[in-house]
Amino acid sequence: MSTLRLEIVTPERKVYEQDVNMVVVHGVGGQLGILPHHVPLVTPLKIAPVKAKKDNSEEFIAVHGGFMEVRKDKVVILAETAELGADIDVARAQQAKDRAEHRLSSKQDEIDHKRAELALQRAVTRIQTSGR
Amino acid sequence: MAKGMREIKRQIKSTQNTKQITKAMEMVSAAKLKRAQSAALASRPYSDKLREVVSSIATGGGSVSHPMLQSREIKRTAYLVISSDRGLAGGLNTNLLKKLVETIRSKHKSADEFALFVIGRKGRDYLKRRNFAIRQEEVGVPDSPKFADIKSIASNAVQGFETGEFDELYVVYNKFVNAISQIPTIGRMLPLDASQFSGDKSGPSAQYEYEPSAEEVLNVLLPKYAETLVYSALLDNKASEFGSRMTAMGNATKNATKMISQLTLNYNRARQAAITQEIAEIVGGANALS
Repeated sequence: MSTLRLEIVTPERKVYEQDVNMVVVHGVGGQLGILPHHVPLVTPLKIAPVKAKKDNSEEFIAVHGGFMEVRKDKVVILAETAELGADIDVARAQQAKDRAEHRLSSKQDEIDHKRAELALQRAVTRIQTSGR
Repeated sequence: MAKGMREIKRQIKSTQNTKQITKAMEMVSAAKLKRAQSAALASRPYSDKLREVVSSIATGGGSVSHPMLQSREIKRTAYLVISSDRGLAGGLNTNLLKKLVETIRSKHKSADEFALFVIGRKGRDYLKRRNFAIRQEEVGVPDSPKFADIKSIASNAVQGFETGEFDELYVVYNKFVNAISQIPTIGRMLPLDASQFSGDKSGPSAQYEYEPSAEEVLNVLLPKYAETLVYSALLDNKASEFGSRMTAMGNATKNATKMISQLTLNYNRARQAAITQEIAEIVGGANALS
């Protein structure tokens, strides 16, 4: 089975670099599955878990925004933060989720609402990633 | 003479203490410099990649244009000043801030023509003392800064440009050359220089497809790129800070050593003089008796 190289890079370091068979991401236009020899593509990403399929196993990486560059045999994801499932502090994410939900339920002005929504997305992404 | 001797002895002791401290600081700075340099290195893949993609869009599309790539008439300028939190780094901050104030004085006539964003306690205090209005400040940035530490100030500065509040954004920081040389730099960051992208055709520039469209990808990418530039300037400044502190402390240690040897010489002279005098007194006394 052919593989492609998946790299996930943040300003601080390289979070992930491995050969995988398939990458599934949430682009701004919807979910995308990338197989080897995909046509070159650039797209921004949503705050969501990225799934990397490798032989028979699957790995999840929480990617908070950023964008993806696809080449023939290489996928590079650039994000401001990205975490592997094992690195995530679930209790903290749960707390953040509760806090964000609380903030969303109590009506506030536009900016706070937006921020809480983003925080909620991040927390949910983290929880989903670590849960699998 | 005995009193003079005690004085000198005290001076030697205090100089020795100072030397110990400066020596320790030198070594700590050397270790931190190494870490700062490797952090700067680790951030490179990210910014390189961003730059690559941005330039491939900017050159490939042809028709693509973005407000951040266009220069407009300059009515208001923003400066993002990166300084250190602590001193004891030689003339690092002073040189930089002096240069900034000079530039501001020569370019702008009134305070309405510029806005200041400041990272670092030294810069903030210096500018506050001179009655400059500071738009936003960020102090207490850790020695190995994370992107999140400066995200808010960087994106506010970039947003100010996007909304047209100012027409230029300069980053003021110390460019790291090596441990003994840092250059105070005032570099224009926005609008981005389009020619800077068209210049490098490194590697096979693949024709990308953009989803949803080239413009929208650019809309997301350019602010990110600008923020990354701020982050790498910050890392550069951190490395400069430690380099400069290392050199300054190295010099201080050397001076302390010199001072101690001079003082020891003086001390021995004084001691000898005291002994000579004592002998002379004894001899004088003995002669008087006989």
